[in-house]
Amino acid sequence: MAESTSLQKKRSGYKIRVEPRLDVPPAWYPLLVSLGAIVFALFLGGILISFAGGDPIRSYQHIAKASFGDIGVLSDTIVKATPILLVALACSVAFRMKLWNIGAEGQFIMGAFGASAIVLAPVLSEETPRWLYLTVMALAGMGMGAIWGFIPGYLKAKLNVNEIISTLMLNYIAVAWVNFWIFGVWSEGGFQMSPKFPNVAWLPRLAEYAKEIPIFRGLTTHAGLLIGIVAAIILWLIVYRSRWGYEIRLIGDNAQAAKYAGINITSNIIYVMMLSGALAGLGGMSEVSGVVHRLQTAPIAAGYGFTGIIVAWLAKLNPLVIVVVSVLFGALILAGREIQPSGVPKMIQGIILVSLIASDFLLRYRVRIVRADAEE
Amino acid sequence: MTQTIPPTPDAPFAVEMRGIVKRFPGVLANDHVDFELRAGEIHALLGENGAGKSTLMNVLAGLYRQEAGIIKVKGKPVEFHSPRDAIKSGIGMIHQHFMLVPSQTVTENVLLGLDDPRFFMRLPEYDAKVAAVGERFGLKVDPRAKIWQLSVGEQQRVELLKMLYRGANVLIMDEPTAVLAPTEIEGLFDILRSMVAQGKSVIFISHKLQEVTAIADRVSVLRRGVATATSVPSRGATRQELARLMVGRDVVFALEKKPGNPGKIVLEVKDIHADNDKGLPALRGFSLNVRAGEIVGVAGVAGNGQSELSQVIASMRKCKQGQVILNSESLTNHNTLFGIQHGMAYVPEDRNHVGSAPNLSVTDNVIMKKYRQPPISHAGMLDMSAAEKLARELKQAYDIIVPNVSTPVRLLSGGNLQRVILAREISGLPNFMVAVQPTRGLDVGAIEGVHRLLMAQRESGAGVLLISEELEELLSLSDRVYVIYEGKSMGEVKVGGVEPDESLIETIGLMMTGTPLDQIQKEGVGANG
Repeated sequence: MAESTSLQKKRSGYKIRVEPRLDVPPAWYPLLVSLGAIVFALFLGGILISFAGGDPIRSYQHIAKASFGDIGVLSDTIVKATPILLVALACSVAFRMKLWNIGAEGQFIMGAFGASAIVLAPVLSEETPRWLYLTVMALAGMGMGAIWGFIPGYLKAKLNVNEIISTLMLNYIAVAWVNFWIFGVWSEGGFQMSPKFPNVAWLPRLAEYAKEIPIFRGLTTHAGLLIGIVAAIILWLIVYRSRWGYEIRLIGDNAQAAKYAGINITSNIIYVMMLSGALAGLGGMSEVSGVVHRLQTAPIAAGYGFTGIIVAWLAKLNPLVIVVVSVLFGALILAGREIQPSGVPKMIQGIILVSLIASDFLLRYRVRIVRADAEE
Repeated sequence: MTQTIPPTPDAPFAVEMRGIVKRFPGVLANDHVDFELRAGEIHALLGENGAGKSTLMNVLAGLYRQEAGIIKVKGKPVEFHSPRDAIKSGIGMIHQHFMLVPSQTVTENVLLGLDDPRFFMRLPEYDAKVAAVGERFGLKVDPRAKIWQLSVGEQQRVELLKMLYRGANVLIMDEPTAVLAPTEIEGLFDILRSMVAQGKSVIFISHKLQEVTAIADRVSVLRRGVATATSVPSRGATRQELARLMVGRDVVFALEKKPGNPGKIVLEVKDIHADNDKGLPALRGFSLNVRAGEIVGVAGVAGNGQSELSQVIASMRKCKQGQVILNSESLTNHNTLFGIQHGMAYVPEDRNHVGSAPNLSVTDNVIMKKYRQPPISHAGMLDMSAAEKLARELKQAYDIIVPNVSTPVRLLSGGNLQRVILAREISGLPNFMVAVQPTRGLDVGAIEGVHRLLMAQRESGAGVLLISEELEELLSLSDRVYVIYEGKSMGEVKVGGVEPDESLIETIGLMMTGTPLDQIQKEGVGANG
């Protein structure tokens, strides 16, 4: 009896059916799917590496070692992750409201400019207490970023100018603007960079505390990380626990419903673009003050603004998840260079991205394997 | 208006449809419908929204497949798998929403999808061909004009031209006058007459009796998917007869209605004028008032300004002239928040796109109008546990079937989503509520639930404005009914008992199709027949 039914099963065959999910999957399910997607991507990447003549297992071991292997490289990973973190936070809040701010790059650069201007103008004397000096630099960076967010926000709100185009164009203007200052006014001996900042303008690094805690010797992780984590927590509270955040989420999900609930969409567009710009600008400040220590285009305009877009999406716009994803991206950028300056590591990054984004499908649809004869 | 072409009762059939059945999930859109069209006639297809007119014609135009029944063209049975097959048999449909490419010229649009010309466009040559077809039927359009430069009436002519160029003999026009200005309607009628004079046949879908009696030779009427009249000569038919065939008279259920106790006026709308999304006038001097403790209905065929009326009252649309007064305070052109703060509840027509945020949770959706004050928020921060508590209470009280309140509302059924919206609106203790089509698309049980909630509002002393296309719903719930037609009020009728009499329905039917109440009373209509 049992035999005959199993035989029949074989004969009739199976069918794969895809149906939309009508319920909410349990909380662990999205995490499992994402992990699965990364494992799948690493598997594909392994095939790629072996085609390129490498040993996949050893390569991955090397990547892991070069980014998380010891405290020194871990610190470097975090330094790379810090600007990505702040920029991704900036993107996430704009995207939450379906404002496609791809100008985080420009807002980041303008933030770096604003913070540098405090040092180079100079606005404050070097005798100013360090905490005050750095606070003013951070505010200047956020202010410049907010202005760079306000412009497209205002144009969008009042004149319905497409923010994708305006933010993209403002990126180029930001680079040109900084170049103008470092090629001329603030040029150090004709080089395309400003003079080095005095110590008072440096965000504290772990290495500074090596006397008290020997293990911190040589570690370049700076206070920008702390700023980023605090910003992430505050942003999480704003988005999920504040009245304003509720308005942002409502507008983002259904602008008509927001209007129906009596929410002013126009002013929210401007405010959110300014918040987004301010966060990116803070990232720029953290980078000049914590890493570069001078105003210079190449290390500032390094494409963090665009990496931030990807990180924000992968983290599903959740500020706390962005912290984790930023560190993973910092690791990929750092360790990738260990294998090949460009090429294979970039390709693996790309594969991971595509796999993660494609895995979203599994969250919205259920794939069922059914017996062909079970068809109704 | 005089008919230039005499009716042709003996002309051969251009199209015959027999026993057409078409089902949609939960709806029998066409229930064994017969339809016949003779060569050289203008045949009107009359019916309310949702009566199945468009479905029937979409079957004929090859967009839908019928589940049963046969179609014959010039006496020969045909099977259409696509609109392409239909046009090969000479049947072309002009939809309400034009299918034109705005950046291309008239000629380019006419040629779109045709095999000729094959490769090089050779536009001047085809411009002449298109112009020649236009000339023959009196369709004045410049073939080189770009679509975006043309008025709506001209665009409609391009659609006609497209079908005529493809050799269509039967033209189906889906509510062609809905988008036109009155002067353009005359022009369209002239074109239709010149087309039938040259042997074409026209099916004219409409719900406006005046137009039907003005242009059509014969009329068929659909109601709830059933043909209530087939091929009646429009000359002999009275408007009352047609109105009754179209609107029907069966009230399916009666709700227990306690005698009303109307109080002071809560809402007053005075002489408002407003445009629709296309910038055409939708409301032309409409006025009404609603008292505390009564339900006031607004009846009318869809698209006569009902949506715009509700939007103006809820401050979601600007009005150009007139006033909206809520509790003796002017709301006119304030923002939406002002109305909310003054005790207005609004159940919008579109529960998915206006009334709710689909990806947000039940909790987030029920606090939409309460998140600004305690207990939901303090000093700018939300108290999520208070919000969830409210959501759970409403889920219990309003019987919202959902596993938990953090479920996104897109996963809710239509009836449940409507309960979420009503729970939100009613729990704000409004003194006035506008409800637009609150039961559209719901099943019988859910409809009854919504009706009970509206009645409870009336009994608790709130004023309710119920805008609906369901006449039965209006008659069983309302104390008074206004009828709206082309943005104007056709008058106001009192609805007395539970069982409305036939003459009342007939009167409303006439008003819905454009006859003002005072004119009906003057002509002494209202007795049976």
